[in-house]
This record gives sequence, structure tokens and C-alpha cells, in this order.
Amino acid sequence: MVKKTLIPIGPYHPLQEEPELFKLYCEGEIVKDIKWETGYNHRGIEQLSEKKTFDQSFFLVERICGICSTSHPFAFANAIEEAGNIEITNRAKYIRTIIGELERIHSHLLWVGLAGHFLGYNTVFMWAWKYREPVLDLFEMISGNRNSYAMFKVGGVRRDIENNKISEIVKVLDLVKKKTDMLVGAVMDDPVIHARTKGVGILSKQDIFDYAAVGPTARASGVAIDVRKDDPYAAYPLVNWKVITAEKGDVFAKAEVRLLEMYESISIVEQCLEGLKKEKEGDIEVKVKDIPAGWGTGRAEAPRGEVFHYVLTDGSNSPARHKIRAPSYTNIATFKKSCIGQTISDATISLAAVDPCYCCTERMAVAYDSKTGYRILNGNQLIALSAKRTQNIKNQS
Amino acid sequence: MNTDEILKNIKDKFSADVLDVFKKWETRATITINPASLLQIAEYVFKDLEFRFIIATANHTKKGFEILYHFSKDDIGLIANLNVILPADKPKIESLSNMFSATNWIEREIHELYGIEFLNHPEPEKLISEGNWAEGVYPYRREFK
Repeated sequence: MVKKTLIPIGPYHPLQEEPELFKLYCEGEIVKDIKWETGYNHRGIEQLSEKKTFDQSFFLVERICGICSTSHPFAFANAIEEAGNIEITNRAKYIRTIIGELERIHSHLLWVGLAGHFLGYNTVFMWAWKYREPVLDLFEMISGNRNSYAMFKVGGVRRDIENNKISEIVKVLDLVKKKTDMLVGAVMDDPVIHARTKGVGILSKQDIFDYAAVGPTARASGVAIDVRKDDPYAAYPLVNWKVITAEKGDVFAKAEVRLLEMYESISIVEQCLEGLKKEKEGDIEVKVKDIPAGWGTGRAEAPRGEVFHYVLTDGSNSPARHKIRAPSYTNIATFKKSCIGQTISDATISLAAVDPCYCCTERMAVAYDSKTGYRILNGNQLIALSAKRTQNIKNQS
Repeated sequence: MNTDEILKNIKDKFSADVLDVFKKWETRATITINPASLLQIAEYVFKDLEFRFIIATANHTKKGFEILYHFSKDDIGLIANLNVILPADKPKIESLSNMFSATNWIEREIHELYGIEFLNHPEPEKLISEGNWAEGVYPYRREFK
């Protein structure tokens, strides 16, 4: 019998931007099993949200994810507006869509960069992140923040995109389009990238249904699901665009879907900017009095896939129950399919290929109980616990 | 198949176990079912009607523990919620994870947060609470006066 070796990646690892622990059980260089440990990022957001008003919760859910920070407020707004049967103005719809799509552009650029970095192709990393910067500058111009833009509220948006800013946005979009051409050329035609990503980390259509994977991960396996088309919201029904899919389901297909989606996003933003010109400036919100008792389910297509929010309301000004499902929650679980049987070096890019977001995935737990008086972990105890568990892993291997 | 046909099919096929059907509008519906029939109805919804599983939401209410299994029919934008109500004392329900893997994590998570037991779960290990909080502490349970 061949002895299995345990290779831990994480909880804190230079390759990863967030804390998580993968345990790769390998025979030689081949990954035979994979386990995932979580719990390092829990913030108890679902329960916190019940303690806040609807308006305050927007700022909270915006902090679920540091990259696609608008996708959660987007889905949350959809959920509350469904519960309250609220119709927002066209100008607000366009602004929401513009923010959502600009975010997809910068998030996909971030992923392309990281993927290049994981493959040891740092030129792509530097290019992609360089041209992500002007998009973040746009956010600063629109909202005052490069990330966590605080643009959404029940019944509309907090800030207008004045018509005199449109030309600046168009200028940046033109630049990003040119640079996307360059990145597409660099990635799609590069023999090294082909060799590293084609046929690696394949997910079949059946795997996608089985694990309920969403977003580019699903679309790269030929499953054409996209909430923007399937359950349209905001200004998506008002503009023309198409859902990008690929068939192979490997890492290359996922890169292809993301890169080509950026063109669609640019086109959607351009059409929305045209739409803005036709709407009255400042007409960005409707008055909302009360949210009646009931429930609402809101969905939004984040860069990583469908974000789902379920909000139960009881007639007060806070959610009675707020369930959040980030796309990475289902996408990460596909590792079991994509990594087993690969070499360790291919497993790392397969892990990265779903663009996993761990701070999105882990929001659920509160680590104390006031009734029984079980200890609450403070910072030092957490560090001690982390050290202890790392030691345990070392002992195992 | 449109929403009405789907709801009618489920109602006709499982008339004894479907307790209530509520169509909020064309793209949103909740079907309250008998917990013992979850496995059959979920199988019909997932395999025959080709719904995609989104997530499950658990909630602790005065009625007991409620679980909503959210399913999505993407070609018509429909979200169908299968609702089961479990007793407050020793809540348990059949796991769906032997049918598809997507419920694997959320069932374990609900178990750790609410103490609901999922019978025949293929991988009943801890997901988020390992080493984080004590046995038998279910932080999302509420207290009712």
C-alpha cells in the first residue's frame, strides 16, 4: 500500500489572500483526497443583521466581501424590495447596473491577475492589476470610495452619477477594452498557459448540477445559468447582452468565460450610460415608508455567481431572519471533483479557478453562548488555538 | 412548463403530503410539506422537474424549527421554497446529501447552529464549529417567552 502524505495549504499561506486550510492527501505527487477546514473568518453576519435596521444592514452586508462588495447589497435590496413590493426609478436601475458591472470588470481583472500569479506568469498579474486601478478610480469618482461604495439603499441609490461624469467613465471603459484585448491575447494564445490550464480541473455538467455550482464556474462547463437573464432585475432587461459560456469545464474555459464576460460588462455599462442621459438627473430614489410582514428572496449575479438573500420580515424595521448564500459556498465544494487525481501543482490552480472567496463563504457563526457561559475566545486565545491546530496538522503529516 | 403547471404537478402527485401551496407571484412560491415526505418530493423537484438547489434556510420560531429548501428553475426564473416544520424537541429530518452533494455543507452548518439532526448524512463531520465552541451549544436557537 502506498503511504498517503498530507500536504497542508494554509491556514495562512503566501499563496492565499485569505485564511483557509486545504488538506491534500497525496500519493507521490497525485492528490488522492482533499479536505477543507473553515471557521477562520466567521463574523456572525446573519445574526448581526437581525439586530440592525434595514438601512444599517446595507453597510453590514457590503462588508461580507471585500472584492465584490456591491453584490450583497444588490441582492439584499432586491429581497427587501420584493418583500415590500417596491418599484425603483429607471435612473436608479441604471446606476445599480453600472456599479454591478464595473465591479465585475475589476473583479475579473483581479482574478486574471491572481491566476497568472498562481501559474508563475507574473507579467499577466502585473498587467491585470495595473488596469484594474482606473476602474477603482472610477468608483472613487462616483462614490468617494475605491471599494465598499455604499451606493445602495431601499428604494434606490444614495448617490447619482451626474451626466457630466459620463464622458470620464466612457474614457476609462475604452482604455479597459483595449487592455482586455491585450490580456485576451496574452492568455488565449500563450502556449504555456494552454499547457498549464487545458484539461486541468475539469468539472462536468453533472458535477455542476450535483454541487449546485454557479457563475463562471457553471458557465465554463456549458451550463448557461445567469441570474441577470433568468430572473432579471435592475436594468438588465433594458439592455442587450449575451451570456458567455464555454464547454470544456477546465481552468482554461473558466478563464475564457471571465475574459469574454468583461466585454459584455463594458457593453452593458455603455448602454446604461446612454440610458442615464434620457432620465432626469437626481431622480434616484422612491420614498419607502414601511416594509410589511412577509418575505423576499433577492438574487444578484456577482462576479463569482449567484448571490442569494432570503429576508423574513415581521413588519418592524429589521429583518426577522436573514439568510445569505454567497456563490463561493457552492463553488468551493466542487474542489472534491476538480482536484482529485491532479498533481499538486495543478490542484492549486484548480482551487483558484472558481475564484473562491472565503470571507463570503464564512459568515454564519457566533462563538459564544451567554446562557451556559462557555468561554468567548479573545484575540490571544485565537492565536493560541491556531498555533495548536497548526501543530496538530504538522504531527499528522 | 410554467409556474402553475409545476405547482399543480407537485400538488397532484403528492396530495397527501402537500399541506399548503402559496404562489406569491409568477416567479416565487412556497410549498409547505410533511417532513416525512421531503425525500420523495425533493427527488421529484430535483430530478424530474430539473430544479437547481440554491440553499436551505433554517429558522427557530414559536412553531418549532422551520427549514426552507430553496430551489431554482432557471429557465422561468422561479424560486420554489419547500418548507418543512419540525418539532422544537429533538428536531430531525432526512438528509438530502445522498441525492446531491449541494446540501452536504448547509446541512452540517444547520446542525451545528440549530441542533437539527440530519439522518443518514454521508459525511456527518463538523463544518464550522470544530474547536470553536462547545458540544451541544446551538448559537442560533432563540428563547421564547
